[in-house]
Amino acid sequence: MCVAMPGKVVSVVGTRAIVDFSGNTVPAEAGLVDVKPGDYVLVHAGCILQVLSKFDHDTLVELFEEIENA
Amino acid sequence: MTEIKRFLKEYDGPPLRLMEVCGTHTAEISRCGIVSMLSPKIRLVSGPGCPVCVTVTAYVDRLVELCREPGNTVVTFGDMLRVRGSEKCLNDARAEGGRVRMVYSPMDVLKLASKEPDQTFIFAAVGFETTAPVYAALLRNATDAGIANIRLLTSLKTMPPVIDWVCRNQGGVDGFLAPGHVSVVTGSRIFRPLARRYGIPFAVAGFQGDELLVAIAALVKKRGSGCVMNLYPYAVTENGNEKAQAAVNQYFSPHDAAWRGIGVIPDSGMELRPEYARFDAGSGGLYEDKGTNADCRCGQVLTGALTPTQCPLFGTACTPQTPQGACMVSMEGSCYHYYLNKRG
Amino acid sequence: MKITMAHGSGGKATSELISNLFAKNFGNPVLLRMEDSAIVPGAEKIAVTTDSFVVTPLFFQGGDIGRLAVCGTVNDLAVSGAVPKYLTCGFILEEGADTEELDRIAASMAETAKEAGVTIVAGDTKVIEGRGGVYINTAGVGFLPEGVSYSAAACRPGDAVLLSGNLGDHHAAILSGRMGIENTIQSDCAPLNGMMEALKKSGARIRAVRDVTRGGLATILNEFAAASRCCIGLSEEAIPVSEQVRGFCGILGLDPLYMGNEGKLAAVVAKEDAEKALSAIRSDRYGENAAVIGTVTEEKRAAVLLKTPIGGTRIVTELYGEGLPRIC
Repeated sequence: MCVAMPGKVVSVVGTRAIVDFSGNTVPAEAGLVDVKPGDYVLVHAGCILQVLSKFDHDTLVELFEEIENA
Repeated sequence: MTEIKRFLKEYDGPPLRLMEVCGTHTAEISRCGIVSMLSPKIRLVSGPGCPVCVTVTAYVDRLVELCREPGNTVVTFGDMLRVRGSEKCLNDARAEGGRVRMVYSPMDVLKLASKEPDQTFIFAAVGFETTAPVYAALLRNATDAGIANIRLLTSLKTMPPVIDWVCRNQGGVDGFLAPGHVSVVTGSRIFRPLARRYGIPFAVAGFQGDELLVAIAALVKKRGSGCVMNLYPYAVTENGNEKAQAAVNQYFSPHDAAWRGIGVIPDSGMELRPEYARFDAGSGGLYEDKGTNADCRCGQVLTGALTPTQCPLFGTACTPQTPQGACMVSMEGSCYHYYLNKRG
Repeated sequence: MKITMAHGSGGKATSELISNLFAKNFGNPVLLRMEDSAIVPGAEKIAVTTDSFVVTPLFFQGGDIGRLAVCGTVNDLAVSGAVPKYLTCGFILEEGADTEELDRIAASMAETAKEAGVTIVAGDTKVIEGRGGVYINTAGVGFLPEGVSYSAAACRPGDAVLLSGNLGDHHAAILSGRMGIENTIQSDCAPLNGMMEALKKSGARIRAVRDVTRGGLATILNEFAAASRCCIGLSEEAIPVSEQVRGFCGILGLDPLYMGNEGKLAAVVAKEDAEKALSAIRSDRYGENAAVIGTVTEEKRAAVLLKTPIGGTRIVTELYGEGLPRIC
């Protein structure tokens, strides 16, 4: 039950933000994380749960190699 | 990635049972066709990770009762509409005149409640640690805006106690695909005590196909070791979202909770703190679970004891059009996905 | 002006509504005779179909119920290989419906009918108690040329599966309005008769064609697989879906394979003719993004299999249930 999607913060007013998902903009609750426009965030059930750091596909594979060699 | 895919397809070591405990992982695993990419010696088993599926009938019965009382409107996510209590589901109640509304976000209730101050809006607050903060935010906003006609009927559950239960009572799990979005809130640290206690690896996984593959491969590589691996580092940290955790702690406290097919697990759920009782629609003591079909094996499917295909009703009396239990109703239910993808 | 019960009584109010609104928009020699039946020239084999339209809101991004009412029926005729010719239309109006909106709807129907080369030759109006709702039924007649016969049961191993464009636009446009999600997704509501003519003219050997409406692509391909007792293999990466629709589906937990369109078709053609069929579809204004999305495989089971971008395979069944947005 944890359908959550990454989107980009368009604007923030108080604890409400507008988040863009590939051209779809939705309002989201922003009271649980400090966010600013331009941040990539994870939104679950209309609420921003976390700011995302940059996803690098290579990081994933590197992580796995670290685990393999540990 | 090609190496990792080959590793998974050609794995020929001891047979392994890996459990995913997140309904959204179950759904994504299906959608990406991951089972077809694994060696037959790596078996994925679905655990009790779908909050709709583990909800007991007493909870649904209470919702049905509430929506028929004049002055009440029950508000819910889509999935809960078709889950049956001991007799009816919310859709049935709605057809009989009960007031039920579906929303995309609990925050939508604020607008509904302020538009109709004479109605009491009761949100069917199901979920794990991922959704609890959203309910906390709802109550905080309601308090700030002076909106008093909102209530929660809670069926909030937490992951570590039920994972512990599975390890103690079921066993046979060689690795856990840890829930990615629960971990965003709680941090990956909540799995450490379990990993250590049982000597089983936990891999916190994201939701894209290759993230799931890497997490599964990591569990295979690290079998037998009690480690917690964060393979979703751009969303999950060791300590999680502490602001969200504080919000949850403000409004909710740990409490016993009843899980379909398992029974009551101490401190495995959350209820509203006494000082917020004014927001409670009567969530306490909803422990009874009596399915309408005596042959329904949802309980055992949910804990990985049986695969859906081993349930006597699967595919015959129980299909997505005629679901007998929550695992087939919910779009994150194991039975639903096994049926949809004709998994063996 | 609002519709009242008087408009449905068959008297002056009714005849005024018909002349000043419907006939004004649909006006053609056959209709204007105002006889009880339209008498029209015919053909050896005719295709007949009907459909009813109850969508709300009446006006949405990219279309309206009127355009939908014409396209829906025209497309059912066109994809069976017929040349759509005549439409009837019946209106059921609830008291309180707005005549200005009705005029817009009728104008839209007239424009769409013209684009599709069909004439609206007969109609009916009823008024019932209610709160301003508008429901339209259209029945259509088309002429089937010699030698044209498509069937869901005609697919054979090796055949190519084509899709005429992006999935999910119509469904997403309607749902966006209802769920308060802002975007620029337009309904793809469009008549496919032009596309079908181009396809027929290309000389490609066409086995089966369906328009992709409620239930989505998945449901139609399962119908082909079941009727032909064949296995259809799809490549997820080849299936066109716009960025915005993908994002929209992600937010609500929906799958584009099960979303409805109102201006797209899926066609199964002989392998060697795939290229020319694709060019024919792409030559039509509504065929942008058309693609070959799969083949009928040699496997001896009736199923639709999808190869996912990471290389996995999953079975795609027909739509179960209502396709409610998945949140939890």
